[in-house]
Amino acid sequence: MDKRILDLATAVARIHDGAQIMIGGFGSSGIPFGLIDALLDHGARELTVIANNAGAQETGIAKLLKEERIAKVICSYPRSPGSIWFERRYEAGEIELEVVPQGTLAERIRAAGAGIGGFLTPTAYGTLLAEGKETRVIDGRGYVMEMPLHADFALLRADRGDKWGNLCFHGTARNFNPVMASAAKYSIAEVREISDAPLDPELVVTPGIFVQGVVEYGVRP
Amino acid sequence: MKSLSDSELAARVAQDIPDGSYVNLGIGKPTHVSGFVPEGREVIYHSENGIIGVGPTPAEGEEDVELIDASKRYITAAPGAAYFEHADSFAMMRGGHIDIAVLGAYQVAENGDIANWATLDDKFPPAVGGAMDLVVGVPTILVMMKHVNRDGSPKLLRSCSYPLTGLQVVSRVYTDLAVLDVTPDGFRLIELMPGNTLDEVQAVTEATIHT
Repeated sequence: MDKRILDLATAVARIHDGAQIMIGGFGSSGIPFGLIDALLDHGARELTVIANNAGAQETGIAKLLKEERIAKVICSYPRSPGSIWFERRYEAGEIELEVVPQGTLAERIRAAGAGIGGFLTPTAYGTLLAEGKETRVIDGRGYVMEMPLHADFALLRADRGDKWGNLCFHGTARNFNPVMASAAKYSIAEVREISDAPLDPELVVTPGIFVQGVVEYGVRP
Repeated sequence: MKSLSDSELAARVAQDIPDGSYVNLGIGKPTHVSGFVPEGREVIYHSENGIIGVGPTPAEGEEDVELIDASKRYITAAPGAAYFEHADSFAMMRGGHIDIAVLGAYQVAENGDIANWATLDDKFPPAVGGAMDLVVGVPTILVMMKHVNRDGSPKLLRSCSYPLTGLQVVSRVYTDLAVLDVTPDGFRLIELMPGNTLDEVQAVTEATIHT
């Protein structure tokens, strides 16, 4: 088995117009900047992007927004310092936005990867974000029914990988990357370094079974 | 009236963080609380982007771009720290493992409702982040905020007018004018910040302050 891909362009070549794509990262850490740039060059449009943030300045997801490749954003925190392209597209009514509480976003992604058909969470009970959703009271506490969130592709950033697709991370850069790996039909990890030797199984964070392609992109932006 | 500065307020909140607690500090002003916790107390800070054991700001030139907190500031890992992914991070928050969260707010109501994620302005995109998960999962929710808005309108209300983050979840509110507990009877005065009288503070508070 060899999941290594030679270059970023090949890694994203199969992404189609209208695809639903998870993109790892939080703030500026753990974002697959190389894969996002390759996706921009590739040209796919009408994308639904699932991520924590909606990009800042002229980097990452903000570039995809600037170049009008995104039709819908599903995220917890779209507005952040420098998120000018998100704000511009949102104010002009050019993109659809689904705001999801961060823990519910992570758990919906986890549910998709774990084969769970839906779950009850106390988060957002009684608020605007629970409107129109099924609710239940269990032992006197209110819960909201949330559904799994699947994707066609996941674009991930890890520190090291091997040819089996095993991944390990650095610092707070793992964030959404491991859980997203499990929830997409085809997960591509951009890694700082592909190890020739197998990664130490004790140190693997994301087992390779969740990863379909690994590509080296050494630049840590 | 005399208003506490942001760092004086952070120092006041820090007095109430007990030794040995696991604490999540909301983005913005609450992050400053960690700098004022009295010496001799070990407090372990959780940041929802995947670290428990947030350490001090790194020295200039020592920053690691992949080691940040939820406010996107560079951090270090304290001794005993651990990294984890997002589903685990929110299990800590929602699952009741974090003891205390300190949050900012637009509005707090006398029954403990909090509004801190969206305004009534349609043009302003809402951003909820982890606030709704924190308020349902963390047993002690401390709010740290200005007592009134810039235009002088009250933030401590009989009921919130902005969309709620959580229902009946706030334990205590620290403002630049007073410290108030949320009780079954409403806000109860714990202390006035130096230089203020109850009458003055009540005059800029919509809800009744009980003593």
